[in-house]
Amino acid sequence: MTAISFGDALNRTLHDCMAADDSIIIAGEDIAGGAGIEDSDVELGGVFGVTRGLAARFGTGRVLDTPITESAFVGMGLGAAATGLRPVIEVMFCDFFGVCFDQLINQAAKMRFLSNDRIQLPLVIRTTMGAGDGSGAMHSQSLHALVASVPGLRVVCPATPADAAGLLKTSIASPDPVIFMEHKGLYGLTGPLREDEDGHIVPIPLGKGRYVRRGTDLTLVATGAMVQEAEKAADILAVRGMRCEIIDPRTISPLDMEILIESVAGTGRLLVVDEGAAFAGFADAVVSKISQKAFAFLKSAPVSLTPPHTPVPYGRALEAAYLPSHEKIVECALRHFSK
Amino acid sequence: MTSKKSGGKAQPSRRRNSKPALYDATDAELKEFYEQMLLIRRFEEKSGQMYGMGLIGGFCHLYIGQEAVAVGVQSALKDGDKVITSYRAHGHMLVAGSTAKSVLAELTGRIGGCSKGKGGSMHMFDPKNGFYGGHGIVGAQVSLGTGLGFANKYRKTDNVSVTYFGDGAANQGQVYESFNMAELWKLPVIFIIENNQYAMGTSVLRSSSEVELYKRGESFKIPGEQVDGMNVLAVRAAMDKAVEHCRSGKGPYILEMKTYRYRGHSMSDPAKYRTKEEVQKMKSERDCIDQIKELILDRGFMSEDDLKAIDKAVKAEVAEAATFAQESPEPPMSELYTDVLA
Repeated sequence: MTAISFGDALNRTLHDCMAADDSIIIAGEDIAGGAGIEDSDVELGGVFGVTRGLAARFGTGRVLDTPITESAFVGMGLGAAATGLRPVIEVMFCDFFGVCFDQLINQAAKMRFLSNDRIQLPLVIRTTMGAGDGSGAMHSQSLHALVASVPGLRVVCPATPADAAGLLKTSIASPDPVIFMEHKGLYGLTGPLREDEDGHIVPIPLGKGRYVRRGTDLTLVATGAMVQEAEKAADILAVRGMRCEIIDPRTISPLDMEILIESVAGTGRLLVVDEGAAFAGFADAVVSKISQKAFAFLKSAPVSLTPPHTPVPYGRALEAAYLPSHEKIVECALRHFSK
Repeated sequence: MTSKKSGGKAQPSRRRNSKPALYDATDAELKEFYEQMLLIRRFEEKSGQMYGMGLIGGFCHLYIGQEAVAVGVQSALKDGDKVITSYRAHGHMLVAGSTAKSVLAELTGRIGGCSKGKGGSMHMFDPKNGFYGGHGIVGAQVSLGTGLGFANKYRKTDNVSVTYFGDGAANQGQVYESFNMAELWKLPVIFIIENNQYAMGTSVLRSSSEVELYKRGESFKIPGEQVDGMNVLAVRAAMDKAVEHCRSGKGPYILEMKTYRYRGHSMSDPAKYRTKEEVQKMKSERDCIDQIKELILDRGFMSEDDLKAIDKAVKAEVAEAATFAQESPEPPMSELYTDVLA
């Protein structure tokens, strides 16, 4: 099994899916990026290269560079999806959801409900999230919980190349709008790809979490780039005698409550690490749900570890102070859960 | 001429002619226009009445006065063409082919409604008949309609997307984002601006720096025309031209329909921003149904009595729909959880 990067896993999935189904089109800012210009074979493939090679292979009729107008190109994708096309729309940073929020929370999220199921919206919005690269307050946010709070949207946050590929494949096949959030810090992460005997990417169902590792003393819940931090922290905590179980929900909405309850039933302790909002974010949601649904299993109060309730700062030291890290997880776990 | 490189010449927009082009309707077509406009009028009168009785909740935007637009536009379309509009959607639903029963039962929030009572007045869909809603946010449907046009083109059909919006939405940013993409990619979208002269309670004169809304596509090189939206034959004639333009792959087209709503923006609008005389003048001098009635009588293929019989039949249809809309049960509580996700 060959290792592949997170970004290349996504690229490979887009290639495979587009080759198999010509109702798939992709659109976004600079996703072809030069391809299609006469006498130019330059192809940017998006600012992170995820759509590289698609325009050359499938043509600029299926791979569209859009004007910088998120409202209208997300809306256009929605309209096309309502007729049965399967657009994969790239919104370069989830911070730009502010521009097209109406299309996401009012049009995409509600059309199935309001049309009494007669209109399906097989639409994927690919976007990036996460801090750590000095992109500043408006290109670094983690807004997964914000969109997950709206019924009618599925929200996915993959943490590994295999999950990125498998979840994207399922998202493209889904008849519902899916917000697919790629952490910028993960594009270079390498790992194996899960393929079947014929070399096809194995799809991963939405709404199913995974055990990253099993343990008995503490349930660590983490998504996206925080999964790696949780793993590093668990290694250190193991030396200190605390065996952590790590759950990666993979899908933020709908959330796999079963795996969370199952884990907490075993460990009795919960620490949620998340890069999103300190207030009314994903960590708060998990703590609240577990407190309500698995209170009897809890041996101590559940804890969340998030950035402070501030905008993402730019400077290196400040940004590092802002982000949860494996050191902070270790410190937090020992402080709250040492026997 | 149509080069996209800089220096390309913008297509000239056309003002409304003093003598507008009128569609040469057959007697049968005239009768159908009359019936359809009357159905919308009677339907909306009944909706207003039922709203007053507390049978319809929330917002309810009536189409009375504007009937010629939806009827004339729809008559120029063929199978596979797609239509999308704002929250003033009852009339468009009816002419797209939805039954009065299913629309009125949606207004009363009953299971017999087109969306099982989960959508309501502003959110109605009939995709089988090419109608993609009924949208509650001003201007949001314009980019969706652009997507409907994109899908038509991508599938290599000659179908068009008719994207309606009002003079209020004409000031929303994404309308222009959509204009840009539609012309850039030559999408078959007919943008219909229903200029009823008031964006809620604010007149076009008080809200718009350029009040000739058909000119709004000029900087995108989209041809535009102003049309007498109170005359169904003028609407149809303009549509034929726009449809031909779109079907032949020349890209989008803008039609500004100068029209007028007789009722308030919604049922809760006291309409203090205009005079009773202004409304009365439109009703008595420009009414779209009266104009066609006169034409029919002039041609002489139907009598006053024939027209009264049509009115009677339409009223009966609406009365039957009203009964249905009140007798159809409320949706079961389980409906709360259906259709959210697949």
